Amino acid sequence: MKRLRSAPLALAAALGAIVVILFAAGAPPLEAMRVIFEGAFGTTDRLGATLMAWTPLVLAAAGLLITFQAGLWNIGVEGQIAMGAIGAAWMARSVEGPSLVVVPLTLIGGAVFGAAWALIPAWLRTRFRVHEIFSGVALSFVAAAIAVYLIIGPWSRTGVASTSGTDIFDPRAWLPTIGSWRASPVGIGAAVAAVAAVLVLLRGSRFGLRIRAVGRNAESAHLLGIPTQRYLVAAFAMCGALAGIAGTVQATGFHHKLVPSISGGYGFLGVLVVLLAGFRALWIAPIALFFAAIQVGSTQLSLRLGIDSSLAGVIQGALVLVVLIVGGFQVYSAARGPVVTGEGEA
Amino acid sequence: MSLVLRNIHKHYGSVRANDGVDLEIAPGELHGLLGENGAGKSTLMKVVSGFIAADSGSIEFDGAPLGVASPRVALEHGIGMLHQDPLVFRPFSVLDNFLLGSAGGVLVDRKGGRSSLAEMAARYGFDFDPDADARSLTVGERQQLEITRLLWRGARVLILDEPTTGISEPQRVKLFAVLRQLAAERLIVIFVSHKLEEVEALCHRVTVMSRGRVVGRRELPTPRHDLVRLMFGDITLGGARPEVTLGDPALSLRGVAARTRGAPLHADLTVRRGEVLGLAGLEGSGQRTFLRLCAGLDPVGSGTIVIGGHDLAGKPYRRFLDAGVHYIPAGRLEEGLIAGLSVAEHFELVGPNRSFMVDRGAADTLAAERIAEFSIKGEAATTAEALSGGNQQRLLMAMAPDHPVLLLMEHPTRGLDLGSAQWVWDRMLRSRAGGTAIVFASSDLEELQRYSDRIAVFYEGRIIAVIPASTATSSSLGLLIGGVVS
Ligand SMILES: Nc1ncnc2c1ncn2[C@@H]1O[C@H](COP(=O)(O)OP(=O)(O)OP(=O)(O)O)[C@@H](O)[C@H]1O
Ligand SMILES: [Mg+2]
Repeated sequence: MKRLRSAPLALAAALGAIVVILFAAGAPPLEAMRVIFEGAFGTTDRLGATLMAWTPLVLAAAGLLITFQAGLWNIGVEGQIAMGAIGAAWMARSVEGPSLVVVPLTLIGGAVFGAAWALIPAWLRTRFRVHEIFSGVALSFVAAAIAVYLIIGPWSRTGVASTSGTDIFDPRAWLPTIGSWRASPVGIGAAVAAVAAVLVLLRGSRFGLRIRAVGRNAESAHLLGIPTQRYLVAAFAMCGALAGIAGTVQATGFHHKLVPSISGGYGFLGVLVVLLAGFRALWIAPIALFFAAIQVGSTQLSLRLGIDSSLAGVIQGALVLVVLIVGGFQVYSAARGPVVTGEGEA
Repeated sequence: MSLVLRNIHKHYGSVRANDGVDLEIAPGELHGLLGENGAGKSTLMKVVSGFIAADSGSIEFDGAPLGVASPRVALEHGIGMLHQDPLVFRPFSVLDNFLLGSAGGVLVDRKGGRSSLAEMAARYGFDFDPDADARSLTVGERQQLEITRLLWRGARVLILDEPTTGISEPQRVKLFAVLRQLAAERLIVIFVSHKLEEVEALCHRVTVMSRGRVVGRRELPTPRHDLVRLMFGDITLGGARPEVTLGDPALSLRGVAARTRGAPLHADLTVRRGEVLGLAGLEGSGQRTFLRLCAGLDPVGSGTIVIGGHDLAGKPYRRFLDAGVHYIPAGRLEEGLIAGLSVAEHFELVGPNRSFMVDRGAADTLAAERIAEFSIKGEAATTAEALSGGNQQRLLMAMAPDHPVLLLMEHPTRGLDLGSAQWVWDRMLRSRAGGTAIVFASSDLEELQRYSDRIAVFYEGRIIAVIPASTATSSSLGLLIGGVVS
């Protein structure tokens, strides 16, 4: 896996793409960007909303960084987020007690469910050589289906079975907040801690070194005596746990209930963040903030400029392309020409 | 039509891979490029063929300066390069690989391509099945295909970087015949090699490089010691082989059969501590399977593999490692080293240290020690793929434990310069005194004869003879390798 060396370049290209799209949509780009910026950061409440989106995104991205370094495309992260949310919802619904007890239990429940769900693609991959992209896509569907089943079935609201979600959790199970801020310091703290932990793990620890070795060349790593499969499984489980915590934040910090499509697309967005960050932990937080800001800020476009807020989706879609193009270009220019793989004598 | 390089500089950080190289080659010339590992030969050739851009300097071919660095542009100007591993691994047919990157639009003229391939192959006496899967080709055949492709694309300068490693003797003879034919057709051939006898047999002139500079040019023939001195200064080659008394069996195989498809290996053999067993045979005759079985890397179908008194057949690879088995494969960056990780990180991966965090200071110190001990040209922070071919081999050696019970090696000196090869063998032969048994596969008959106690000859997946090296001659070995048992 080639690193995208210049995140700044990618960001600049992304900004350029946004300008073009806004222009095409008939919005004055500068004005629109100002609106997005103000929509994301203008007031403390908006900042709170942005951080609310930032938190699960960073958690998912931090987890994905581990699997990427292990050479895995853990596309199933969406399903791991959903499973985490289910685990957290289960805790929130079944345990009664003070916040101090329930909130940690929801976090643990989310992490365990997410990790357990991630063990399925790990098992399929190490045991049957099923590529994690295929199992991941399938398992994400399954996880979403389970959430819907729970919402309209066993966990349906008293009297009504609707897909709008379960009953609101007992407020003692909510992630605690300060004042009117929607973003929970617990969630933000978890996200920051996740990035720090992943940074230390991948950069400084023997475990991380071995994960990187396995990701870059499993054959060589095996020869050096590294139990490669165990490391793959561990990487999956860690990513699943962090994704599960992201799901918990979604369930107990944002919706305060289990809803369908609880993952909010943060898994896929997380993949983008990691690619844009060039697989470097330190870049995750700022890039995730950029994405969260666009997502939250662009809702203001329709209110203030009368532009359909689905433009946010278009912008994010375009960013995907930009990332791929910039990434592809960098790989291309690093390699120069079609024959890259066989640099035998070097 | 001559090729002229002027004042080529290419620096990697503080490493001056090329430090002001001048080279001029006339059409019709077979030019040898010699130099110790890390001298800058591959770097120079990659600059000429457009794979990397020089920091400064100029290249002129046929009077026209070559500008942009890209293999495509270089080939359009008639300069083609063959890397050590020919690049036709792609899961396509031979014909598709041949047509790959051909000029023209979106549509590939397969019919025309087919007849061009046949025509080119006939011209140089090669024999391809256009519809075969290219991955089924041997190294030598891939090389032939790549040469054919480059010539078809109009190469007038053909660069070969260590082309004779890993190909069979008949393929080498064939290759040399073709290169001579090309020179007769007024092409320029640049031949990079560590094998002096090949350069002497083939080339008209040689350039010797050292530390990124040209240190000498000679018309051939010139005395061997003259070339050696140019490359290494004063070294003595062929030091005495220290005698050791053989100990207990380090490895013994009884009725071992491989379980992998396509490798019907059956082996009964005992190797004692302190002994050196050489494995001879055409590439792909079972030597590799044998080594991998002994290393615990390939599944065993039946039989026993006793190492250090325990039957390890069917046991996990880890058990073999713990029993003191160490395997050094031939493909360095494919199986052995990890591109992207630094030298220090490699030592860290195999080191005994078990703390959770990596102690960077200690890791760098250890790396520095090993780098000095194995004279690796590189630094603790150098990534594996940035090392020259020979230095990658040194790194692999340096990662081996100090006193393994059984050292298994595939082509231990492939790609090493003479001095390094000598050094590697000195080191390995000395390790026998500590009780290490050595099993190595090589396609170099001289190496097999000189360093082995016994030689096991493989033919079509079986060991057809085990002979004492002292009684082996090149011709008797040659016959056995061809499957002729008297
Ligand atoms: N991509 C790179 N990054 C950093 N250093 C490099 C890189 N490529 C080569 N070098 C360094 O440049 C020097 C020359 O390397 P080069 O591969 O040209 O040697 P060589 O003469 O081909 O040696 P060998 O006989 O071992 O193949 C070496 O010291 C090597 O470590
Ligand atoms: Mg080289």
